[in-house]
Amino acid sequence: MSQTTSTIPITASGEPVWELPSRGVVGMACLIIAEAAIFIIFVVAYIFYMGKSLSGPTPQQVLELPIFGTICLLSSSFTVHYAVSALRKDNLRGCILGLGSTVLLGAIFLATTAQEWYHLIHDHGLTITTNLFGTTYYSLVGLHATHVVVGLIMLTLAFGLALRGNVHEAHSEKLEVLSLYWHFVDAVWVVVFLVVYVIGR
Amino acid sequence: MTPALLQRRSRFATPARALFCGMSLFVGTAFAKSPALSPTNMFDAAATPAHSIVGLSTLVLSVTLGIFLVVGGLLLYALIRYRHRPEDSTREPAQIYGSNQIELSWTVIPILIVVMLFLSTTRIILGTEAIPKPASALDVTVIGHQFWWEYRYPKLGIVTANELHIPISDPSKPTPTYLEMSSADVAHSFWVPRLAGKMDVIPNRLNTMWVDPPQPGLYLGQCAQYCGTQHAKMLLRVYADTPEQFAAWAAQQKQSAQQNLTNPVAAEGREVFLHSACINCHTVAGTIANGRFGPDLTHLASRDTIGAGPIKNTPENLRSWIDDPNIMKPGALMPSMHLNQHDLDVITAYLTTLQ
Amino acid sequence: MANANPVWEAIDETPTTRPRRLVLEVVHDWVTTVDHKKIGLMYIAYALIFLVIAGIEAMLIRIQLAVPNNHFVSPQVFNRLFTMHGTTMVFFVGMPILFGFGNYLVPLMIGARDMAFPRLNAFSFWISAFGGILLYFSYIGGSGLYGAGSAPDIGWFAYAPLTAKVFSPGHSTDYWTLAVFLSGIGSVGTALNIVTTTLCLRCKGMKLSRMPLLVWLYLVQGGLVFVAVGPLTAAQIMLLLDRYLGSHFFDTQAGGSAVLWMHFFWIFGHPEVYVLVLPAFAFVNEIVPVFSRKAIFGYPAMVAASVGIGFISLSVWAHHMFTVGLGAAGNTFFVFATMVISVPTGIKIFNWLATIWGGKIIFAVPMMFCVAFLFQFLIAGLTGIMLSAAPFDWQLSASYFVIAHFHYVLVGAILTALFGAFYYWYPKVTGRMMNETLGKWHFWLFIIGFHLTFDFMHIPGLLGMPRRIYTYEAGRGWDNLNLIVSIGGFVQAIGILIFVYNLIRSRTQGDIAGHDPWDAWTLEWAVPSPPPSYNFAVEPTVNSRRPLWDLKHPEDPDSDYE
Repeated sequence: MSQTTSTIPITASGEPVWELPSRGVVGMACLIIAEAAIFIIFVVAYIFYMGKSLSGPTPQQVLELPIFGTICLLSSSFTVHYAVSALRKDNLRGCILGLGSTVLLGAIFLATTAQEWYHLIHDHGLTITTNLFGTTYYSLVGLHATHVVVGLIMLTLAFGLALRGNVHEAHSEKLEVLSLYWHFVDAVWVVVFLVVYVIGR
Repeated sequence: MTPALLQRRSRFATPARALFCGMSLFVGTAFAKSPALSPTNMFDAAATPAHSIVGLSTLVLSVTLGIFLVVGGLLLYALIRYRHRPEDSTREPAQIYGSNQIELSWTVIPILIVVMLFLSTTRIILGTEAIPKPASALDVTVIGHQFWWEYRYPKLGIVTANELHIPISDPSKPTPTYLEMSSADVAHSFWVPRLAGKMDVIPNRLNTMWVDPPQPGLYLGQCAQYCGTQHAKMLLRVYADTPEQFAAWAAQQKQSAQQNLTNPVAAEGREVFLHSACINCHTVAGTIANGRFGPDLTHLASRDTIGAGPIKNTPENLRSWIDDPNIMKPGALMPSMHLNQHDLDVITAYLTTLQ
Repeated sequence: MANANPVWEAIDETPTTRPRRLVLEVVHDWVTTVDHKKIGLMYIAYALIFLVIAGIEAMLIRIQLAVPNNHFVSPQVFNRLFTMHGTTMVFFVGMPILFGFGNYLVPLMIGARDMAFPRLNAFSFWISAFGGILLYFSYIGGSGLYGAGSAPDIGWFAYAPLTAKVFSPGHSTDYWTLAVFLSGIGSVGTALNIVTTTLCLRCKGMKLSRMPLLVWLYLVQGGLVFVAVGPLTAAQIMLLLDRYLGSHFFDTQAGGSAVLWMHFFWIFGHPEVYVLVLPAFAFVNEIVPVFSRKAIFGYPAMVAASVGIGFISLSVWAHHMFTVGLGAAGNTFFVFATMVISVPTGIKIFNWLATIWGGKIIFAVPMMFCVAFLFQFLIAGLTGIMLSAAPFDWQLSASYFVIAHFHYVLVGAILTALFGAFYYWYPKVTGRMMNETLGKWHFWLFIIGFHLTFDFMHIPGLLGMPRRIYTYEAGRGWDNLNLIVSIGGFVQAIGILIFVYNLIRSRTQGDIAGHDPWDAWTLEWAVPSPPPSYNFAVEPTVNSRRPLWDLKHPEDPDSDYE
């Protein structure tokens, strides 16, 4: 059954209009629940192993607050939201602007993570095999970064399509679904930031 | 209901009845022959933790049996009473959609049963896991290995393997044995059903359990957590000794191995043993053999079994074990040392002197 | 009163004659299909193949254990057999077969033409199927090129650190991890699809409060899959990192914790039991009312109990870990949570009883299996209560009592209900009835075999027989019991072979079923058998929980009582 049939207002025997939720939003919500369960397990592992490493380096010695990257990633939530609302008003230029800045901010975030990892590996000799801190840190932050990469690929695709003029107001719901994923990735970062850099340091 | 459907059920009785009679006859005879008792029967409790579990199990079993009889009986009654009969009218029965009072009653009654069971369970948990350790308790460290048990008595200075000796505990003057358990490799589980419930033996973790058998005897069990190829032959033997027996056993186990062997064959075996790879894994106190990977052999000959329980400790079995452990216990981590027949003979002769 | 748009309009009773096609065309048709019915059938077919494979593994296990000190298979082979049997049955029989039924039935029952995401549906199926093939490829590739095949031998819950590289060299453990991981991705995809379909594609008038209970249970099951499979996936990623990148999640030598794996696994593993059993409830919820000729008793209570079971099942996992040494406080909490889950489960049993009460029960094969389900599930629940009393569990855990208990759930409840579902919906899928006489032979052989095996299997557990031992010595009081258990296994196997034969034979020889052979009440019986690829020619409108009852009894429709 296509979506359009379910949105036609039908009033049968005095019943209310038959409207059902959008399947894109529901599907993404389900995916987010499943993904959240995965992240919770990695966060639990991080917290469980906090301070249990048998050897150094410890988070206190080597971690620094990634303020700049965090600001970039969190503000990209606003830009992607702007892109969606612009598209809803059929404002393609605004949408391109919003998507472009989202992709840029996301890429900057990834670059700061890459730089942080390079610093940890090269200057402090901390790898995933070093100790429990390395194990849990790289896997949690890495899992999040993987999700950022996936989100960036999809946003870049949307950005490219928008640049070619293939995106219209009719696609605003699809873009909204994509933006939900991106908001989720941002929300996860807030948790990771709190656990790894604030509580765990 | 369509009449065609009703006709289809007419033929089922014959095969069903034939099968039922045959099978029940068979089950009846087979089960009657099975011995009612087992050396590892959890209901044949021989120490306090096992006794308290039997008490709780009896309660739980009777409650669940009661529920089964009531609910199963109602089900059976309904199935017979309300079966479709050929003489029934074709009208559908009265449609009943639910009843709040009835639903409430069969929500509340189970809740009350659950609360009752929960409280009695909690009492046993606290009585086993949350009671203080008496000063008279004996401490034993249990270390699980693939596929054998190491026992260390830190206060007595004894190290042994596979056969755990503990003193009996007089209820008026309790001397329970506290087992501090950990593993050298993978997860195992210590289960002697007549003494207590099982407790997992996990690497990088210290678990504790206690037993206090009042009667002397041999209590059997085995590893209950899958730990690799030979999980099946990682048996447990717990000897509850009278205070005198235990003191004598402890005194003997504290001694180092005898230095001067009168038997020349055994003396030669000792030289071969000490110059072969055996000493990389095994300890014989008083010699240069101090390996920790395999069982301590200082008093090997004083044990009833080898290979962690499944094999009787006779010179023939011992010789064949040393020749190739994988024949008797495939997957055992001790390799075949490829010794020649002469070396096998003399090493066996030496090991049998390790009383 | 049914309105002007009756569902009957959709029915076209003329048999369709299809032109003969090349084999390749047929294969191409099935491989590229996104039709929920075909995907559902592929799920079921693939699960049945694995059911036979894992069943043969079970038979080999039973031959080995039939007598003490047996040398039928080596310990290495035995350990692989039980690992493969467990993993296959849970991930490649249980999950796919239930998803197959869900895929087939949910859209039909809510009046939809397909799932919400048909291509994701096909992807989920093929990724799960690939997982199963990967698992069995380990028999060839498990030791890499330097050795003969070696399937995984770590047990289906793969406790750390037995899975570490040092204790499990070679690649068999990796095949296990990847297979389970892929099956998890497929499960999440299908569950997502079922939930979205249920929420977004219901036909007009199909309010949540009017959905068939089957759909409700699949909705709860889908929600559980999201929450439960995630932790398993995460744990598998950690295990792969440990094995390939040298991290230390479960490396006890570097301060890692073996118990953490147990927690992560059972956070998945216990809800998984409910993921498997909820669809079995679903089948019983549909079959029992139809063959009792009465509406389900207490629909709102049934829905509430299902949702309640879903939530409570997330907080009971550590009852698999009473012997780990959680301490008195931890044990007490999990005892309570576990015992509480028996309340909503009890409500279900009582409601089924009340549905039967006052009905006119027709003992056709689907109903016979449901009756067996009721008794067997009752017993499984009661042994579950015994196991939830932690001190009792200190004796019973990891013994044959536990094996008997969970096979009572998996075989006595889930598989039994599944057989009922096969007989019930087969006419809808193929247009032909399954043979009733063969069905009764199947039923009695299977049920007698089941009770021989699993009733007697409880006793060696009480007599100290631990699980996963490849042999045992005589004189422990286990010998005769194990022989009976093994014989019962073979009786069940004969029953299942009759079932498979019936399944194949009835496809061409069965009586023509018509669209509604059972005089049932849910929407799938309003379309032709087999249903056309578009399901409903006209989008149906429903006014009550039993739309077909309303049509058949215009003088007394359900909609009057809502």
